[in-house]
Amino acid sequence: MKLWEKILNKIGFMVLTLILIALINTSLFVGNYEISFEEYLMFLKQLLGLESNLSVEKYEMLQSVIFEIRLPRIIAAVIIGATLSVSGAAFQAMFVNPLVSPGILGVLSGASFGAALGMVLGWSWFFINLSTFIFGMMAVLLALSISFIYSSAKNMIILVLGGIISSSLFSALLSIVKYTADPYNALPAITYWLMGSLSFSTSSMVWNLSIPMLCGILILLFFSKYLNALSLGDEEAKALGVDTFKVKIIVIVVATFISALSVILAGIIGWIGLIIPHIARLLFGADNKIILPISALLGAIFLLIVDNASRIILSFEIPIGIVTAIIGIPIFIMVLKNAKRGF
Amino acid sequence: MKLIEAKNISFSYQDKPILHNVDFELYQGDVLSLVGQNGCGKTTLLKILLGIYKSTGSVKLLSKEITKYSRKELAKLISYVPQTHQIPFDYTVFDVVLMGRLAHIGLFSNYSLYDKNIAIKCLEKVGILHLKDNIYSQISGGERQLAFIARALTQESKIIFMDEPVTGLDYGNQLKLLKFLKELCVEGYTFVKTTHYPDHALYASNKVMMLKDGKVLDVGDINTKLTTHNIKELYDVDVEIISRKNGYKYCIPTL
Repeated sequence: MKLWEKILNKIGFMVLTLILIALINTSLFVGNYEISFEEYLMFLKQLLGLESNLSVEKYEMLQSVIFEIRLPRIIAAVIIGATLSVSGAAFQAMFVNPLVSPGILGVLSGASFGAALGMVLGWSWFFINLSTFIFGMMAVLLALSISFIYSSAKNMIILVLGGIISSSLFSALLSIVKYTADPYNALPAITYWLMGSLSFSTSSMVWNLSIPMLCGILILLFFSKYLNALSLGDEEAKALGVDTFKVKIIVIVVATFISALSVILAGIIGWIGLIIPHIARLLFGADNKIILPISALLGAIFLLIVDNASRIILSFEIPIGIVTAIIGIPIFIMVLKNAKRGF
Repeated sequence: MKLIEAKNISFSYQDKPILHNVDFELYQGDVLSLVGQNGCGKTTLLKILLGIYKSTGSVKLLSKEITKYSRKELAKLISYVPQTHQIPFDYTVFDVVLMGRLAHIGLFSNYSLYDKNIAIKCLEKVGILHLKDNIYSQISGGERQLAFIARALTQESKIIFMDEPVTGLDYGNQLKLLKFLKELCVEGYTFVKTTHYPDHALYASNKVMMLKDGKVLDVGDINTKLTTHNIKELYDVDVEIISRKNGYKYCIPTL
């Protein structure tokens, strides 16, 4: 570790947290309804009970724009970016495989099938959540069992192929659901939502789902020291005192659960879970105790920037999943350069 | 004091028998060398005694069945130095060594300054403190082996299992490592190590266990059991065992 890396490690958290806070604040100004900086300051003052010269109508207008429309969307971007990146980093360490992510392992496809199925059949909110999680879980287990049949899960490529097979299966099942969906209402909604878009996350959804997602992220952070040991291989982790079976089950269930919730909020947003942990490792070394929280911050920042960009650059809104793929693919190709010397 | 007592261990891997009715005993202060051909079950035996593989028969550690221990409790009693291998992530040497403290910290705590100081002391002890911040996968094989030994010491268990600790090291480093292990014995550690070199067994251990085709060929005091006859049985080569005045014995092939 070079000196600048040490310094980076020390101030990295702080700098990234500050960037995130700054971004959250600036993101409040992005959108069709223009808010000036003075108005924003006034609004904050009045919110804190201080005196300001905003009219009541203006204040209520700002309140609804900020709290009902923009803040939920910003929180959704932050929490989804963090969730997918942390899950990706956890999966990569646990499977000793830098090529996996919630997307690659089929979690996102499985979860989207589960959610679409629930929507088309008109299930209640609770059961849609449940089926999203269950099918996400089934997709990972399918990918894992395929890799177990042909090798003892040690071969990196076999696990990736298992994930691709599992993803394809659930995409096919999803197509069946779409095919039977009402082409005037349900079909466009499902299609657009699956492209990955934050515009579907209503404020009540965001508030309800972000708490379990945040808890999941925290659980994974507590397990990061065990992930370090697991990434040396199962037997070595056991000899170091890790109950590998228990830790793996918890990490798979939690990472799958929070990734599945992100699908309910915003559909399939691919590539983040794969590339963000790589960027984090490129900057901060391999220690998962550092990489997991850094991935959370980087993922949140990345998705927030992408969401703002997708609204500012064009006059219409592009689904964010498409943008993350377009930006993510070249980044991943660059990161692959490291594959030769290990990650 | 008897630390480990295993009786009637049999183990098969995918219907292929590896170990057959093996008994094993380990006393405090022993340095036991496990010798035998490739694939005779040395590493498997180590992993069974570590509780990583489950076998038939019974393995008792401090008179208690090994299956009754949690992984954490086991890690505090036995540490394991595996054969060096590639890690696909860029951990620093310090990261790797610090993992030896994993069994000593709780779910919600992190490595404390105390843990870090132990890791630093152990790095110093094996003589690679200067490599602390290097990337583990980029140091040499011998240095990696030393890092693993430092990790085992960091674990603060008094029993240490080593799987072919000198494999991959150059001639000089092999001997330095053996000398170092001998020094550690004086500090109250108990060792079990697998080795391919009768010379190394003679130099650094007091007991030997010879495995052939998954069965115990012979076991006991190194001087009486590691004989030309047994080595011929084990490897089908003729050797001569020479005693020097300094008390050490050497094994030389008669080609």
